[in-house]
Amino acid sequence: MLEVLDISETLDNLPPPSRASNAVKCRKGTGKKHVAMTEPNTKPAWVDHVTRIRDHKDETAFAELFAHFAPRVKSFLMRGGGDATIAEECTQEVMATLWQKAHLFDPSRASVSTWVFTVARNKKIDHLRKQKRPEPEDLPWGPEVEPEQSDVLVMQQETEALGRALSELPEKQRDLVEKAYFGDMSHTEIAEVTGLPLGTIKSRIRLALDRLRHAMK
Amino acid sequence: MKQIKHHLTDELIMGYSAGTLPEAFNLAIATHVSMCDACRAAVESYDAVGGTVLEQCETVEMSAQALADTLAMIKQDGPAAPVAATSSRAADVPAPLADYISGSLDDVKWKPVGMGVKQAILETSKEASARLLYIPAGTAVPDHGHNGTELTLVLRGAFFDEEDYFGPGDIEVATEADEHTPVADIGADCICLAVTDAPLKFRGLLPRLAQPFLRI
Repeated sequence: MLEVLDISETLDNLPPPSRASNAVKCRKGTGKKHVAMTEPNTKPAWVDHVTRIRDHKDETAFAELFAHFAPRVKSFLMRGGGDATIAEECTQEVMATLWQKAHLFDPSRASVSTWVFTVARNKKIDHLRKQKRPEPEDLPWGPEVEPEQSDVLVMQQETEALGRALSELPEKQRDLVEKAYFGDMSHTEIAEVTGLPLGTIKSRIRLALDRLRHAMK
Repeated sequence: MKQIKHHLTDELIMGYSAGTLPEAFNLAIATHVSMCDACRAAVESYDAVGGTVLEQCETVEMSAQALADTLAMIKQDGPAAPVAATSSRAADVPAPLADYISGSLDDVKWKPVGMGVKQAILETSKEASARLLYIPAGTAVPDHGHNGTELTLVLRGAFFDEEDYFGPGDIEVATEADEHTPVADIGADCICLAVTDAPLKFRGLLPRLAQPFLRI
């Protein structure tokens, strides 16, 4: 936890304008200079894999990502009554989408598992429920900005903290949360499972949005 | 950035993130989120919960050739097609809504429903309905209750009811318990996106004037 505090303080001490100009510089540059700064022991889970897929079409990285996420995505697609054969096909399409959209992933705003979840969820709505999924308008700065490595690390730490908080919930409540995301719970039932520990991750994302909006003014 | 005072509820944001809401609700939520950073951050937070649930869930084994098949699919499909530019749409029509109407709010094909009020029904899946409402400045919408949940997002102009004032980007979340008389602000005609999951079966049994405000 000490590491988390240290990085948060570093971030807080940096005035927004200087960070903003950094962001603009990265945008204009090669966009690769921050990747090499990753410490081996603080490497965010799977972010490096996605980068290797994006930059080098690295099939080894993809195979590892596949081994971890495909069985989870298949499980997600089968819940709520999905057929195993269709779930298998849809999972392969989800994984192919991750390859094709690797350049759209922004690790300063989401973890890889969050990104995989959103792609799988959209596949479930599109293919299994046969509906369009209206998505929020893309932000004007787009995903091409190479994010600050410190932002990526903090997002990873917030994600881990959220994971711990969820796994520490009383079992009944944790089951409800899983059912809300995996089953077909109505939104009135979902009302019972809100009040999740979202404080830090929410303010983290809000901060990233504010800072980027400021940078683009 | 406009000052948005009326936001989505946690239930709606979680339902949107989980992907369990009807298309009409997703449309209203995505349109509001396009205009509201606070709710965008909340949606991304609930997406993070989804990611965590996925990370911690039980797994189901893939077939032996699944990876090879997927790589073959990737090579066959080639790179993703670039997303079409949306720069042609009007400034006050957020991208998710632009997929449901053609052009600007000024080109909507309105149908009169009485007292100068007009509506245009948008095509979505059947569990809930979505429509644009055009309320002339200063016009009161007849006193009405709600069946089910109704979301009303202001796109242009403003309206107020007994308790609150709703300007562009504001979304009103009304449930069966709410009963009110919205009035369009005198300053300008008001255009809203209204969605409801109220049942459609009573159509035609209600007074002609009140009907459009109760359900389509």
